[in-house]
Amino acid sequence: MSDSTIVDTAPSSSAASATGSPAPRKGGREFRSGSTTKAGDRVFLGFSTGSAIFIMVILAGVAIFLIIKALPAIVANWTQNAELHEGPTLAFDNFWVYVAPLLWGTLWVSAIAIVIGAPVAIGIALFISHYSPRRLAGALGSLIDLLAAVPSFVFGLWGIIVIRPFLAPLGRFLNEYLGWIPIFAGQPSSTGSTILAGAVVLAVMILPIITSITREVFLQTPLLHEEAALALGATRWEMIRLAVLPYARSGMVSAVLLGLGRALGETMAIALIISPSLIFSVKILTEGSNSQTIAANIALNFPIATSLQRDALIGTGLMLFVVSLGVNILARYIVSATGPGASGRKTRRSKKAIQSA
Amino acid sequence: MSVSIGGRTPRKQASNALADAQLPRLIELWLLIAAAIVVGGTLLLVGFNLAVWAVLTAVVYVIAIGVASRLVENRRKAVDRVVRALVTIAFLLAVIPLISTLWTVVAKGIGQLNWTFITQTGAAHFDPTTLEVTTAPGALQAVVGTLEITGIATVISVPIGLLTAIYLVEYSLPSSPLRRIVTFLVDVMTGIPSIVAGLFAFSLFALIVGPKAFSGLSAAVALSVLMIPIVVRASEEMLRLVPDELREASYALGVTKALTIVKIVLRTAVSGIVTGIVLAVARVIGETAPIFIAASFTDNFNANPLSGPMQTLPVLAYTGYKFPGHDIVASNQAAWGAALLLVILVVIFNVIARVVAQFFAPKTGR
Repeated sequence: MSDSTIVDTAPSSSAASATGSPAPRKGGREFRSGSTTKAGDRVFLGFSTGSAIFIMVILAGVAIFLIIKALPAIVANWTQNAELHEGPTLAFDNFWVYVAPLLWGTLWVSAIAIVIGAPVAIGIALFISHYSPRRLAGALGSLIDLLAAVPSFVFGLWGIIVIRPFLAPLGRFLNEYLGWIPIFAGQPSSTGSTILAGAVVLAVMILPIITSITREVFLQTPLLHEEAALALGATRWEMIRLAVLPYARSGMVSAVLLGLGRALGETMAIALIISPSLIFSVKILTEGSNSQTIAANIALNFPIATSLQRDALIGTGLMLFVVSLGVNILARYIVSATGPGASGRKTRRSKKAIQSA
Repeated sequence: MSVSIGGRTPRKQASNALADAQLPRLIELWLLIAAAIVVGGTLLLVGFNLAVWAVLTAVVYVIAIGVASRLVENRRKAVDRVVRALVTIAFLLAVIPLISTLWTVVAKGIGQLNWTFITQTGAAHFDPTTLEVTTAPGALQAVVGTLEITGIATVISVPIGLLTAIYLVEYSLPSSPLRRIVTFLVDVMTGIPSIVAGLFAFSLFALIVGPKAFSGLSAAVALSVLMIPIVVRASEEMLRLVPDELREASYALGVTKALTIVKIVLRTAVSGIVTGIVLAVARVIGETAPIFIAASFTDNFNANPLSGPMQTLPVLAYTGYKFPGHDIVASNQAAWGAALLLVILVVIFNVIARVVAQFFAPKTGR
């Protein structure tokens, strides 16, 4: 408590000395609290450094505990083990055979979501940064950021009752006329619980993160470059192509990668929408041969799984952790490894954008 | 027109941007209206569908504006106009799901949401005489669970996150390796899939407590893993905004570093930090997967975060659809009620954040 009095009295002490307050008392107090605040200083430094180190401990803990818990299932002999030979893990020879189709499904759905979502997201970013009226830009930006505030399962429920019936006719159309392309082949779904529906909802969910980062990067383009292009007679699009896009290329790539990272780990939308099976499949319109993602598989099977089966599910979660860690690290690396002059500024702003996403 | 200069004649007159033909100013609006009418009229003959109409109108408009500009103006301007149209369409494309989502939640949930729903524990009731199971809608157990779990997660995350931000901004040198590592790890942490955070908390508690490890505390730990990086980022940004002159003035008065941070830096940045924390809470309150893994789900009322499964609003909504009870319709309806309630909570938190940012901002300038 004596710490807190120092600053509080600091402004008043000058007034006090002006009115001739007793000097010895003030000096005495300063002496006493001087020693305690040095200790307080050290404690505070210790706490804040400790917290910073604790961040490392948490991240290491995530990896370590997942490994410890998953190890029994990873090393187990799946063909001999009665517990693993039933329920969600039935009919898999070992852990890697179990996780491989899931990993494929995760990457496949996320890739489709990126293909749908990334161009739209970058288009939105361009619209906000270079096409919309300047005064509206901020409001339009926060409108898109609102999408990030909607809880993920709400998107899942929305996908069930809005997107599934909405996309069902499109699915039948594509299947009928473009069925010779492998991804549109197969028995078309009647309910609409397809990879396509899941990927569309996923694409909506990753819009805000990609948009907010690319928007920040677009706004970072040196105004002089843009004005120079316009002064040479470029149209607005030519100006963007010549000045904005080259400058923002690395930022766009890492934004898309961060969006991919978000899509990889998204659980609820996929779990609610897609009716899955654990196979390698590229088909996106079918009833019975939709690839399953790791996260949705965990969400669906965790409540009904037995102890060892849970360990197997945690093992698949570990794989998801590794993959999304890799994607995120790659994205950060691309952000930080851009040109020397502008990179520092760009990195910081992008990070700000990421944090606000 | 060709004037010979030194015996050479220009092959073609250079085009003059100012004198070239131009489409009229409001051509875009007129073309859009024309496209909408033409497409709408054609569709009326074969059967009208709002979605098909909107899509086809957009396609026809893009083609029409491109062709018109190509014919009257030139290729470069045509490309420019087409891109402008496409970019605008992209933006509208994103607004549609936003409105549609919110509209769906409100329309589906509004019938469910009333005072009884919030203040009553939902339960299936078996009547021995009629042999019928009636389900009372209610979300009290989920409301309590959500508030407790989010509250505990906030209590865990805020000190760690804030102190880490203070370390990064106030104590560490820019060249310090610990700072670079921590900054990097916080970035990485923001990318942890939420379900992995849930699995981590479950594994941690399973190894400590045993196989029946579901608890509210476990879910709170999972949410903390997701929340800490958000708090660190937000606080760091706010602490960096505090002018160095304030710190220097404080040091010059002989104030120690710890006191300067607590009394000067934090006090100046407090509104921004609070805003960041409230937004972080709004972010994690809607997380479903980690809570579902770490706290499981239950229809029973459990207000003890230390043991036993705990129900929360997002999980109530998820299980209401994926693992419905006897009365499937009632379960689905409860899911929508929970969804609307949660969206309202998120909106409230966002409004609080804006209000704090607006009214408690430090007074600067003069």
